[in-house]
Amino acid sequence: MTTLTPILSEHWDRPDSFTLDGYRATGGYAALRKALAMEPDAIVDAVKQSGLRGRGGAGFPTGMKWGFLPPDNPNPRYLVVNADESEPGTCKDIPLMLANPHALVEGVAIASYAIKSSQAFIYVRGEVVHVIRRLRRAVAEAYDAGLLGTNILGTGFDLDVVVHAGAGAYICGEETALLDSLEGYRGQPRLKPPFPAVAGLYASPTVVNNVESIASVPSIVANGAEWFTSMGTEKSAGFGFFSLSGHVSNPGQYEAPLGVTLRELLDMAGGVRPGHRLKFWTPGGSSTPIFTDEHLDTPLDFESVGAAGSMLGTRALQIFDETTCVVRAVGRWIAFYAHESCGKCTPCREGNFWMVQVLDRLENGQGTEEDLDKLLDICDNLLGRSFCALGDGATSPVTSSIKYFRQEYIDHVEKGGCPFDHSRATLWGDRPTSTTTERGGNQ
Amino acid sequence: MTEHSTPDAGGTAPDRFPDEVVARLEQDAKELISRYPKERSALLPLLHLVQAEEGHVSRAGMRFCADQLGITLAEVNAVATFYTMYRRRPGGDYQVGVCTNTLCAVMGGDEIFATLKEHLGVGNAETTEDGRVTLEHVECNAACDFAPVVMVNWEFFDNQTPESATQLVDDLRLGKDVAPTRGPSSLCTWKQASRVLAGFDDGRGGEGVQAAAPSLAGLKLARQRGWTAPDPANLPAPNQGEEEAK
Repeated sequence: MTTLTPILSEHWDRPDSFTLDGYRATGGYAALRKALAMEPDAIVDAVKQSGLRGRGGAGFPTGMKWGFLPPDNPNPRYLVVNADESEPGTCKDIPLMLANPHALVEGVAIASYAIKSSQAFIYVRGEVVHVIRRLRRAVAEAYDAGLLGTNILGTGFDLDVVVHAGAGAYICGEETALLDSLEGYRGQPRLKPPFPAVAGLYASPTVVNNVESIASVPSIVANGAEWFTSMGTEKSAGFGFFSLSGHVSNPGQYEAPLGVTLRELLDMAGGVRPGHRLKFWTPGGSSTPIFTDEHLDTPLDFESVGAAGSMLGTRALQIFDETTCVVRAVGRWIAFYAHESCGKCTPCREGNFWMVQVLDRLENGQGTEEDLDKLLDICDNLLGRSFCALGDGATSPVTSSIKYFRQEYIDHVEKGGCPFDHSRATLWGDRPTSTTTERGGNQ
Repeated sequence: MTEHSTPDAGGTAPDRFPDEVVARLEQDAKELISRYPKERSALLPLLHLVQAEEGHVSRAGMRFCADQLGITLAEVNAVATFYTMYRRRPGGDYQVGVCTNTLCAVMGGDEIFATLKEHLGVGNAETTEDGRVTLEHVECNAACDFAPVVMVNWEFFDNQTPESATQLVDDLRLGKDVAPTRGPSSLCTWKQASRVLAGFDDGRGGEGVQAAAPSLAGLKLARQRGWTAPDPANLPAPNQGEEEAK
């Protein structure tokens, strides 16, 4: 049986968890002290040995990314933290930065030292004002305590950190679009190669890492690579947040070793809401092909989820029960991709636009069975044909939902409308009378 | 209901900020630009700054940004129109955004949005006649475990219902104190929030909870069951499977 491993979230129940005092009281910044006594390359090696893979969705080995920086490039090096959490279903970095911003700041300091950078940026999506306040507060506290700035902890290492607010664009979670945005341009993806390691921010060598990846680094430095690999699987080492949302009794953040299954997590979260059963779910956000109850025992690691036809992504487990119309769900996701497509590549811009039209008429009962072939044809022309993965992601819910729920699309056609009562799916849909009682509590 | 036009397109809006506004904002702009190795990186912060001044990004605001960075108005316009957080026309003191991405929509976001439209008598991206509330639907705001979610001036109002959201907008219109579920102890206005986004601290980062119940769900269960991460001083022997196989 897999058990939870609270590490980044271990002290979130302390009311002062976001303060420097609270973080230090639980051992915070000891890893930075240890790191600054090491050779930078030894830290890169430790992160390589840990097998830490990017927690932003793609799963690229973090230490290897650091190792790609060309040693002979004379330009300054930059660390850029991708805190533009916007993938539908993904909700881990925001609570992390709200409750534990110093873990990220400490990770930034260690990672910057390891890659020999003296300038780091944290690019946070703009739509989370209080998270931005918290991060800036943590950075200011760290400066005042000599943990950032010049001559950090008397070691001669200098580092400046800027918390930069985005302005509303999902595409800026794509690392090269993020860099363009940080340079003051429209956030549109760049053709790769060159990769950011060679020509990133201001065409200088740059490492772009997700919040959770960087925040995990202090624990690896403090406890060692072997400690990290004692969790997870051989190729998907360590721990991560599994974020359960939707039709589940106790939605929330569950920090567990990679390889845990949805069956185990649902058991921990009190199961699907009472009286209902699992219909479909996303393993890692809306850009990962949906799963059904056939996949309850699929280990949630990069390899196993891939072998089962989806992607681990950001471990954003959106749970939908039998009251949910899959056509409506997919239609809404595609409306999102159409809205967020940056417009640079024709297949993504046009493909998503047309999929919205087709899915709308299907949902309203005005479609035909041929529309399903049309959708699959559009997906075929979209997948792998754009600069970045936004368009690829859009095909995931479409093709997977037609694979598992083709009949439900046809039901819409034959019935001339949606066969579902949407009110039954709501948070208050099961309540007999009052609709104002709270769930879970917020305080 | 106020039907939005594009006031600047008619040529009636001033092309530039008054001198005293320019003089004041120039100090802020210098501070923002100094934070970056290359000055153009300050464009998004500068656009938040001019939005903090006027409540939206006007032609005069874009002109100010262009002048500060030595780029053209067209270059600024191209960026300002790309990002959805920059309002291109005046709006209310409180922007009420209802998440209608799939998860929140299914959990009741659609019902909340429909209720508010009817209650306020406005459509998407429209403002109440008293100028207090601009209603819009928003995309996923990374709080899915708190669905359905409503954002006001980009602060979290978690686990909303049609009734609670109606009460919320009524309170906003009446000027009552309203506090986000996870955020500062009271809401600031749209302009004040924009100034924080530009990069100027309002000193309120210490307010509010560190985490709410769903963020602590896993931790609480682990504490109940005595589950912890491995002890680095006492790790299980590596490759146990191999050893056993021998």
